[in-house]
Amino acid sequence: MGVHELRQKARAAPRKQHGIKVEKAKGSTDAVAVKSDHTVGWAWPYNSRYRSTCFLVLGFAFLLRYLVSLHSYSGAGTPPKFGDYEAQRHWMEITIHTPVEDWYRNTTDNDLTYWGLDYPPLTAYQSFVHGSLIKALEPEAVALHSSRGFESPTSKMLMRWTVLSSDVLLFFPAALWFVSEFYSDYREKQRVWALAMVLLHPALMLIDHGHFQYNCISLGLAIAAAAAVVSKRELWACVFFSLSLNHKQMSAYYAPAFFAHLLGRCFQKNSFFQSIIAVVKLGLTVILTFTVCWWPFLESKETVLQVFSRLAPMQRGIYEDYVANFWCGTAMLFKWKQLFPMGTLAKLALGTTVSACLPSMVHQVYAPSRKGFLYCMLNCSLAFYFFSYQVHEKSVLLPTIPVSLLGVEEPQVLQWFIPFATFSMLPLLLRDGLFLPYLALMSLFFEISKFPHYSFERSVETSNTRLLRKLPTRFIALSVSGAAVLHLMYLGLQPPRRYPFLFEALIMAFTFAHFVLLALYTNWKQWLLPKDTPVKQKVT
Amino acid sequence: MGTADYSELLWMVSIATCIKLLLVPSYHSTDLEVHRHWMAITSSLPLKEWYEDETSEWTLDYPPLFAWFERLLAIFARRVDPIMVDLVKGLNYSTDTVILFQRSTVIIADCVLYWGLWRFCRKFTAEKQRILCAAVVFSPGLFIVDHIHFQYNGFLLGILLLSLSYLREGRNVTGGFWFAVLVCYKHLFAVAGPVYFVYLLRHYCRGVSWFSNFMRLGLTVISVVGIAFGPFIYYGQMGQLMKRLFPFGRGLCHAYWAPNFWALYNTVDKGLSVVLRKLGKDVRAPKAAMTGGLVGDSSGHAVFPNVTPAVTALLVLLAMLPCLVRIWRRPRRSEIVQWVVYAYTCGYMFGWHVHEKAALHFVVPLSLLIADSVKAAGDFLFVSTVSYYSLFPLLFENREYPIKVPLLLLYEFAMATYLPHYFVNMSPDRVSNSGVESEEPAESTSDKSESSPRSDWTMLSSLQEVELLGTVRKLYLWGLLPVEIYSQFLHPYLFKDRLPFFPLMLVSFYCSVGLFYAWAKQLMACFDQPKPDIHFQI
Repeated sequence: MGVHELRQKARAAPRKQHGIKVEKAKGSTDAVAVKSDHTVGWAWPYNSRYRSTCFLVLGFAFLLRYLVSLHSYSGAGTPPKFGDYEAQRHWMEITIHTPVEDWYRNTTDNDLTYWGLDYPPLTAYQSFVHGSLIKALEPEAVALHSSRGFESPTSKMLMRWTVLSSDVLLFFPAALWFVSEFYSDYREKQRVWALAMVLLHPALMLIDHGHFQYNCISLGLAIAAAAAVVSKRELWACVFFSLSLNHKQMSAYYAPAFFAHLLGRCFQKNSFFQSIIAVVKLGLTVILTFTVCWWPFLESKETVLQVFSRLAPMQRGIYEDYVANFWCGTAMLFKWKQLFPMGTLAKLALGTTVSACLPSMVHQVYAPSRKGFLYCMLNCSLAFYFFSYQVHEKSVLLPTIPVSLLGVEEPQVLQWFIPFATFSMLPLLLRDGLFLPYLALMSLFFEISKFPHYSFERSVETSNTRLLRKLPTRFIALSVSGAAVLHLMYLGLQPPRRYPFLFEALIMAFTFAHFVLLALYTNWKQWLLPKDTPVKQKVT
Repeated sequence: MGTADYSELLWMVSIATCIKLLLVPSYHSTDLEVHRHWMAITSSLPLKEWYEDETSEWTLDYPPLFAWFERLLAIFARRVDPIMVDLVKGLNYSTDTVILFQRSTVIIADCVLYWGLWRFCRKFTAEKQRILCAAVVFSPGLFIVDHIHFQYNGFLLGILLLSLSYLREGRNVTGGFWFAVLVCYKHLFAVAGPVYFVYLLRHYCRGVSWFSNFMRLGLTVISVVGIAFGPFIYYGQMGQLMKRLFPFGRGLCHAYWAPNFWALYNTVDKGLSVVLRKLGKDVRAPKAAMTGGLVGDSSGHAVFPNVTPAVTALLVLLAMLPCLVRIWRRPRRSEIVQWVVYAYTCGYMFGWHVHEKAALHFVVPLSLLIADSVKAAGDFLFVSTVSYYSLFPLLFENREYPIKVPLLLLYEFAMATYLPHYFVNMSPDRVSNSGVESEEPAESTSDKSESSPRSDWTMLSSLQEVELLGTVRKLYLWGLLPVEIYSQFLHPYLFKDRLPFFPLMLVSFYCSVGLFYAWAKQLMACFDQPKPDIHFQI
């Protein structure tokens, strides 16, 4: 002992100093990682070339997704309505057997009361493509009428593969692109870690590959749009974001951020005239993308309105089940649904959502910055999650994406918010029979996210207040133990007969309180950002 | 010198455990039912009927300690679901709860593996610990065999690692004790018996107190074996027990030929018989023979002489002989892992009715050697790829295909990436004689040569110089790709349902060539000049 270790340290020390020197000399734009940093405990995978580690992360992310897909899904073997899996399968059935005009219309072949298509056209096209593939391999799985609730082992596997392939083809490249653009001036270790945090996101894996949905497509497109924004390819950002919005209307949660940031960028141009030109260019791009997506439905006003009415189902109420948002969270105090008629509630929701988005939007219009844009994405999606109309538990995925994108900047927020967001969906996941993967992926996320201790050092250096240094650790300890107790109660105890949904409500209230704190913190943080961060030139 | 910080091992273990949890609903073989039935036998029958019971075709055929282990599990199983341990009602009973319970017993039993692993490398440097632990914890073979296919190899290998860790420390009696325990858990591990015997005889039973040492060791081993087998001797069941433990009625090879010497032998035999028949010679038509899982199947070879269990046993001993001679002449504790690995390789190459799963017996201990030298690391990379690949036919369903392939590829890719970095980072001065106490004070000084113990390291100054595999072995490994593509995709497409065994034969033939080469290399190592007996990292 002793002597040897001291010697090792003595040898390692100059190397470390040298590393710091290099960094300082080149500033933080230095893309050369300090490769020989093997004295850091957990750092070993990063000793290697950046690319092979990225490859390992990608492969591992695929493996995990596939493993999750072995488990149950929403509505497995529960006639007559089944669940989201059946909805997606039914859309494939409808889109490949009926003409485009009838997709959103009630016809003899398309009974809209049975999982009628209520997502925008891109989802319909995607269902058409996937449905055609499945039809080629197993026609019975998507046969008209007769295939309702069809669940053969091979068809299940084919359905799973449609999600897996979308994920690998869209989400993975988008994540890689984002990390290589946004974190281009960070150390390689941090880039790998950031990539892992985006790809090993437990909630997204559970919802897409467990519960069964195609969020990877819309969120992948949104990440691609964000990557385009941070790399200053504004027109591409418009294209990708329009596509995302056309795949799932939920992407509208990010719309204020994109709008405000891109507008702010346009105003940064040298002259007023140039600004106007830039705005017009962006607007035209959006309109063009939308036109292409909606082309088959642009015949008449009625057809457009028909699709539209499907996309905004007002009759479904302001919230469903137990969502950790404002309306549901305060329902114990105010019975919103009884106090106000539906129309008023919708207006109220719109008003509160817009006003909650406004601060961060204003910030981005005045001082657009790369980091600020991501904070704005987070704040706006949180605002939507809290206040907008008809929010589902799964909508919590939207605010988690900007958090995972900001991983290296806000590691503590990441480690804390993503598990809580996943936790808020526990009742849903338990219903789907996904407790085992929930447990596995949550622990995995904890283990992997605590990997680089050095990322905390950075955040401590940059955080402006001393208060923040000590607060999070104690706070995290408190909230984690609270969550543990709730887990145990929910899994182990019978709720009292008078309040059968007591534990769901408790989980909802608990997570809602956390999300509110997060929203306050991130709004404050966004306003603390330097007014105008000059976008650094990429180091090639 | 070592770091007693096991947080990294725990970190790896928790990640591996998460993967194991996710694997719960994947395919499981009949071994799940076998082990469930054994729980039922041991918990509902008196001791003397354990090895007599024939309620199911899956009769108890592991040694007594394993039966006791099943008995222990049955205590918990009964609380979870009493039908699970019911001798008759439980037959082929597999609900989700049963699967979850049995899978979790494997996951928990793996703690023994991690204990053994930790004990083995606790005194190494952090870097060496890291690479060894990763190599064992993330072994795709263990995932495939234990957590998908279903068995308790991790647990048993843990006992082997424990035993090896004691031997390496020079605590011979404890090492011998754990080996005896291991053999009473699974008799197939007895293949390394001769190596242990000769080693302990020469390393422990010598000097002035050789006789008392000999007695101490002998008593330890005999008492372990006595406790395990004693009751059955008392009941006069040893004959029955031996019949169960050594079912020679089974064929020379398993249904899927393990890629060993006999796979080569069979392939050549079949090839020759086809050729000779074409030439008009009178030989028997080749059949899909020499295999058989349950009952005896003695239809023999067409051209070559038939093989009997005695011949295989003799061949195994013969193959081990050079290594035994070497141990006799120079019993070294630094080399013991290597020779145990060699013994298991011999057992695998020439044994009777070898199952491909037995590859774990030598690959897992082999992974403990990877940090010793670049050569050992290369050998490990080669052997582990081939033998883990040869486990693929265990999981024949399409659903597991996207699990086994990424498991193997990610593991070997990570190993191939990080091993060179390990060796480069271990720059010569870090590895040097920095206060390393001579590990073997009892060793005769003549063993230690004057040459620098670091000769392996001083040459390495950059990544490019770390050549793990060499051209021939690289080419061979790339050859696995066409073999896999042909057997998985091309063959079913070309021949539909005809010749269903050909792809398996191809896989096991190709792998057996590689493993035979690896075995021969290990054999040659028995004749190597002994290297100075110093451990770099301790």
